[in-house]
Amino acid sequence: MRRLTIAIAAAFLAVPAFAQDLSGPDAFADIADETERSVALFDEMGKVLTHPRCLNCHPVTGGPTQGDDMHPHSPPVVRGDADFGAPGMNCSTCHGTANMTLTDGHGSIPGHEPWSLAPVSMGWQGKSLAEICAQIKDPERNGGKSLEQLYEHNAHDGLVGWGWDPGQGRAPAPGSQEIFGQLTRAWIDTGAACPAG
Amino acid sequence: MTAFTVNGRDYDLDIDPETPLLWVLRDELRLTGTKFGCGIAQCGACTVMLDGMPRRSCVTPIGMIEGSEITTIEGMEGPEIAAVQSAWTAIDVPQCGWCQSGQIMSATALLQQVPKPSDEDINNAMAGNVCRCATYVRIRQAIHDAAKTLEG
Amino acid sequence: MSVQTTRRGFLAGGAGLMLALTLPLDRARAQAVISGPFAPNAFIRIGTDDLVTVMIKHIEMGQGPYTGLATLVAEELDADWSQMRAEGAPADDKLYANLAFGAQGTGGSTAMANSFMQMRKAGAAARAMLVGAAAAEWGVPAEEITVKAGVVAHAASGKSSGFGALSAAAASQPVPEDPPVKSAADFVLIGKDRPKLDTVAKTNGTAQFTMDVYRDGMLTVVVAHPPKFGATVTSFDDKAALAVKGVEMVRQISSGVAVYATNTYAALKGRDALAVQWDDSAAETRGSAEMFDAYVKAATEGGITVEEQGDMPDMAGAAKVLEAEYRFPYLAHAPMEPLDAVIEVKDGRAEMWFGSQFPTFDKPTVAKALGIAPENVAINVLLAGGSFGRRAQGSAHLAAEAGEVAKAAGRDGAFKLVWTREDDLKGGYYRPMTVHKFRAGIDADGKIIGWENTVANQSIMMGTPMEAMLKGGPDNTSYEGSTNLPYQFGARRIGWARMESPVSVLWWRSVGHTHTAYAVETFLDEVLEAAGKDPVQGRLDLLPPDATRERGVIEKVAEISGWAGPVRDGKGYGIAYTKSFNTYVAEVVEVEDRGGVPHVTRVWCAVDCGIAVNPNVIRAQMEGGIGYALGTALHNHITFAPGGEVEQSNFHDYPMLRIHEMPAVEVAIIASDADPTGVGEPGVPPLAPAMANAWRAVSGARQYQLPFGGAIS
Repeated sequence: MRRLTIAIAAAFLAVPAFAQDLSGPDAFADIADETERSVALFDEMGKVLTHPRCLNCHPVTGGPTQGDDMHPHSPPVVRGDADFGAPGMNCSTCHGTANMTLTDGHGSIPGHEPWSLAPVSMGWQGKSLAEICAQIKDPERNGGKSLEQLYEHNAHDGLVGWGWDPGQGRAPAPGSQEIFGQLTRAWIDTGAACPAG
Repeated sequence: MTAFTVNGRDYDLDIDPETPLLWVLRDELRLTGTKFGCGIAQCGACTVMLDGMPRRSCVTPIGMIEGSEITTIEGMEGPEIAAVQSAWTAIDVPQCGWCQSGQIMSATALLQQVPKPSDEDINNAMAGNVCRCATYVRIRQAIHDAAKTLEG
Repeated sequence: MSVQTTRRGFLAGGAGLMLALTLPLDRARAQAVISGPFAPNAFIRIGTDDLVTVMIKHIEMGQGPYTGLATLVAEELDADWSQMRAEGAPADDKLYANLAFGAQGTGGSTAMANSFMQMRKAGAAARAMLVGAAAAEWGVPAEEITVKAGVVAHAASGKSSGFGALSAAAASQPVPEDPPVKSAADFVLIGKDRPKLDTVAKTNGTAQFTMDVYRDGMLTVVVAHPPKFGATVTSFDDKAALAVKGVEMVRQISSGVAVYATNTYAALKGRDALAVQWDDSAAETRGSAEMFDAYVKAATEGGITVEEQGDMPDMAGAAKVLEAEYRFPYLAHAPMEPLDAVIEVKDGRAEMWFGSQFPTFDKPTVAKALGIAPENVAINVLLAGGSFGRRAQGSAHLAAEAGEVAKAAGRDGAFKLVWTREDDLKGGYYRPMTVHKFRAGIDADGKIIGWENTVANQSIMMGTPMEAMLKGGPDNTSYEGSTNLPYQFGARRIGWARMESPVSVLWWRSVGHTHTAYAVETFLDEVLEAAGKDPVQGRLDLLPPDATRERGVIEKVAEISGWAGPVRDGKGYGIAYTKSFNTYVAEVVEVEDRGGVPHVTRVWCAVDCGIAVNPNVIRAQMEGGIGYALGTALHNHITFAPGGEVEQSNFHDYPMLRIHEMPAVEVAIIASDADPTGVGEPGVPPLAPAMANAWRAVSGARQYQLPFGGAIS
């Protein structure tokens, strides 16, 4: 008998299943080969890049996902022409300029200024780390960013930083934005090598 | 103190900035057309316009709306809301009526941005508004009817 | 139906104004009812402004009684529709009893059925008195006077008048004992589409519901209920709650701990800050899986026999024997307006404003909670933001809680009791969890020679004040729809096993039919398939010759859906038929298989509810019933974790049907001259089984448990 899967999950009671540490660049200092070290640094960055706090808003097709199990967003929303939802119900219909803890204190509606989906070209869901790496370095697909600008983005962008301050009821991305920035810096400085596909 | 306008009137309220706009509208300003349905932005019954865009008031702390203009169902004006309300009554959309203020706010926002919406546009704009009486067949029809009226 | 509509005056009080004296305010009306003499007919008020206000004895929660009952009055009064108004009647068993119950209440889709002749007689009496007044004033024979669209006229003299100008004189006219009513051929308003009277107010935000009531000095109250059914308060610490700005007091009441605050947000924050210790010693601590095991065991044992017909053959001799087991979860009603009530106590009297669906139980319950006499309680019945059975409380638990909240405050004042969505979904009074067991035998000719069905679930009525209505018999609301089937089987035996639990249960839109229709109509499809029969023709073949109304809806829905068997162009088609609340409904559902998930694209519905008073409302109720049933079948269950806590809390995990899931719906209303029957519930039962039958056709899978997504095994 066929199994039906209609995802129903506790979006507001997400269990922090992905809480893990993030090592800084120093942890990779003993890798002699620079390219290998670069790949290792990117693998470490991958813990952040593939964390649900980041992936949920980097869908490849369709709208965002939610929760650590990355179930479809409820209510159902679409990407829209500007990666900002549909006319009549865009992201800011519900998401404000900051996280909003729900009245009962047990969850929150995430928020940040700005708040939107990553463009399709930056869709990562279902991709390997190698694919994400190639994508992230490609100005055609990363919003025209140079590696320096990419560092700036990872290290200081507010919406990226939201991943470590995701509001009540949500597990943050591993480590901190500061470490993530250091990893990005070190990865670029070691040649920004990508893992093998 | 938080200062904002509601339906064109200025307010400067000394209220806990965490308080959801929904309860300020209802408990303080007695604008009761905006309804409570879930409190977690799942049902859309509390939809208002925040600086002209639809917004779920149940997840809008008033600390966030300093300087903003809020419009509730009671203060809506313009051709779109008029067309929506008259289409709604013409085919008798409401049943219990609780969700309908929110439905009408979302439908109006849709028509302000997309004058001639497709069924898909309607699905995308209205999927956040729950109607437990399931008046959806008529909501869809009324939006199409309102769009025709607006076409002139 | 013979209804006593008239005794002495048509009118309230000796005020002399006639059928009328419009009492404009809720308070004035309530005061009049509390203190004044009653009008023998309390249904109609005609103002000097020509407005005809009908006091509606049934709560308006979306199913249209305000409009339907006003239509009946207007029809016999020969009023113009534009002059009609409706208001909710206050709580008063003497004046406003549901003739089907003998007490005031709304439910069982009875509003139109029980009011049909009563409201028409009321309108006809009023018309006769207006005509009498005109005849006296104009000095012309009453027989020569006509009334049309709100105008009373005498052609020969050229005199005419609106109702308002005649109202004072009409009040002193004798009240006709048994005024004649129109024959159906003369209906002007009945049978025509008409928007509902409350529609405009529901599109501009002005409609007033319970939560919209604000009284001077009112406190908003939320109650911390136990997380497990049957648990009670051991102790609580309210220090942090009282520290929340706006929280005024915290009190223990029988249902939990109540937090009183000057606004809703403060009340909610205060409740969140409470620390309550609960005593679970009498609580339900089983999880859903454990409960189902017990239900299956009981159903397998066969229960008590509630219907038996013919001699059950030895199934060993049947050409084929089919068996099935069905599992249905607890369900929450989830009306969009959660439960709420406003109560104001002053000088030993109480006035309430809320969606009281059973005033007959609510009023004495509040009085008891407050320790005052029922005649000192006035209930204003307001519009309700949906109910689907949730407000029809035999236990009157909401009224009791409101009464206790007011009493525990220890002072006069106004209090608004508010339940949140979480309170609603975790708060019980669910559609009972149910297990069905079936066995059927088919002979070599494909004839069904034996049909056995045992239902296991909790009783809705037993153990509540409604138990008296059962007169010692079993609770047929638990298995209605498994019994009294129109289908002719060789022999049948229906059993019921009563299950018990502290989990509270209640009727949920279409009550027993919510599960019996699904179980019976999908199992029947399975049996017909085994017998090599078409689902439509197979059902028709099982009907006796006099089952004309059953046959009528099945044939009609087959016709409008273009029935051509269960599969067409890669889509599945299923049919189901149910008679519930004396209304006959058949539905055909079209289902697409979208990646292993059923997607309902179109639904056809044929309904026979007797005279169609307002076809617009009938179509709306079928559309809405279909959507309500579909969302439930797709998504909904209330489940218990081991330990006994409800696992769902709000619409993210108890999802409602949304617009993109709503199918196109076509409704055909069977022309009939039978007395009207209800439409609020009967659209619901056939949808899920028709969908499951269609899903079987397109996917090959049979669905023995609900919901389709995420059922518990």
